[in-house]
Amino acid sequence: MIRLEHVSKTYEAGVVAITDVSLHIRPGEFVFIVGASGSGKSTIIKLLLKELAPTHGKIVVDGKDLSRISHKQIPMFRRNLGVVFQNFRLLPDRNVYDNVSFAMHVVEASKRDIKKRVPLTLSLVGLAAKYRSLPKQLSGGEQQRVAIARALVNEPKILLADEPTGNLDNNNAWEIMKLLADINSRGTTVVVVTHNMEIVRAMGKRVITIKKGVVVSDDDGDNEE
Amino acid sequence: MKLRTLFYNIGQGMKNIRTNKMFSIASIATMTACIFLFGLFFSLGVNFSSMVKNAEEGVAVTVFFDEGLPQEQIDKIGEAIRGRQEVDNVKYVSPEEAWATFRQEYFPNNPELAEGFADDNPLANSANFEVYLKDVSRQQILVDFIKQQQGVREVRQSELTAKTLTDFNSLIAFISIVVVLILVLVSIFLISNTITVGISVRKEEIAIMKLIGARDNFVRSPFIVEGILIGLIGSVIPLILLFILYKQIIEYVSNRFLALSSMMTFVPARQVFVLLIPVALVLGIGIGYLGSRLTLKRHLNV
Repeated sequence: MIRLEHVSKTYEAGVVAITDVSLHIRPGEFVFIVGASGSGKSTIIKLLLKELAPTHGKIVVDGKDLSRISHKQIPMFRRNLGVVFQNFRLLPDRNVYDNVSFAMHVVEASKRDIKKRVPLTLSLVGLAAKYRSLPKQLSGGEQQRVAIARALVNEPKILLADEPTGNLDNNNAWEIMKLLADINSRGTTVVVVTHNMEIVRAMGKRVITIKKGVVVSDDDGDNEE
Repeated sequence: MKLRTLFYNIGQGMKNIRTNKMFSIASIATMTACIFLFGLFFSLGVNFSSMVKNAEEGVAVTVFFDEGLPQEQIDKIGEAIRGRQEVDNVKYVSPEEAWATFRQEYFPNNPELAEGFADDNPLANSANFEVYLKDVSRQQILVDFIKQQQGVREVRQSELTAKTLTDFNSLIAFISIVVVLILVLVSIFLISNTITVGISVRKEEIAIMKLIGARDNFVRSPFIVEGILIGLIGSVIPLILLFILYKQIIEYVSNRFLALSSMMTFVPARQVFVLLIPVALVLGIGIGYLGSRLTLKRHLNV
């Protein structure tokens, strides 16, 4: 599903983000990428989204070699990925329903599909009752659920989460992790970037550790292969 | 683009205008002022052109022939002149007609004085063609052509009148172009400003859209719609104002300054606006489109 082969990324200012990273994530896997701040883990997410291009190496996502995807093909490629961010990145002037349906409008889905799938996805993340609330009326955990619903509503094959619990208290962080595990159990490949080692250890999933841009360990955890 | 996406983006464009109220109002106001001034110059230009055209119609080139030139030869010259592109019409003035006009002009109160020439037309050699042009600026070209014709003794032209009219026409055209150009640039700048503010307000939304998989056109469309709507609203308002104003002014001038209205004939409002409406709409919408398109190219790297 995701393959990185000897990937390096050096930013224009000469800052080295990752060096010679190779990893393989299979379909349906749940993988944590962990490391301290500035270790290069968020760079991997950006590379997977083709927000950045690697300086060296090859990246294959869902069978597509990213170096061969043209600028015009990027939108179609990204529709197979769902993304969740640390700071939720919800649209503050739109309610829960509109924030989620926005993702479907963007991919030019039909009105019928939007009407059908948005309530279903909101039920999945446990927010069906709050569909009219504005983001500011929700707790951090609820806002992150909306962001997850937005990422899932287009039924992506892969869900990428960049520090999804970074802004949440422990209880909410656990709830979000359980939700991500639930989504993974339905067949979506989930990649979570985090530095919350307590949760990572408790989840018992595969953990790839990055230190100063280099993969230093890849522990399979309790994941079934 | 799918129809539902188009409607969605039109909705988003309208939303942009509402969200960005102050800047949108400023852009619409500037656009209104620009199109209003454009319309004003356009109406003035149409009326001046019409008056100049009327004046041009009175400017003629007079062609005299060699003494005793046979009528067939005169007719031949006439045919050659009529065949020219710049010629509107040609009037043949026989010696008798020339004398009759002269008599009326110079002996209006002493017809008996003119009677002395009753059997001996002093203007026997004054048969001529009065040649009227479609475009006075081409007078010299025609005069040069006529002078080359065999049997032509003299060509009289009112060079000064022709030159003055031509210069006047050029001056109006030049002023109009300069004013419109300045206004167009100011409008594009202001619309571009509004769109830039819109982009910065929606920066986060745009970033999310791109990450979710929005096509470039989907991201751009609401801003293009916003620019076009500003252009459209900014053209319709001044057109309505101009229409009302134009009718009122014509009516006022015609009623108040009777002497002036007999000298100047105003072009009817319908005739002016049949041309002005499409031109102003195309200009307004074009400026809106161009302003937003240029800004998107500069600020929206999608």
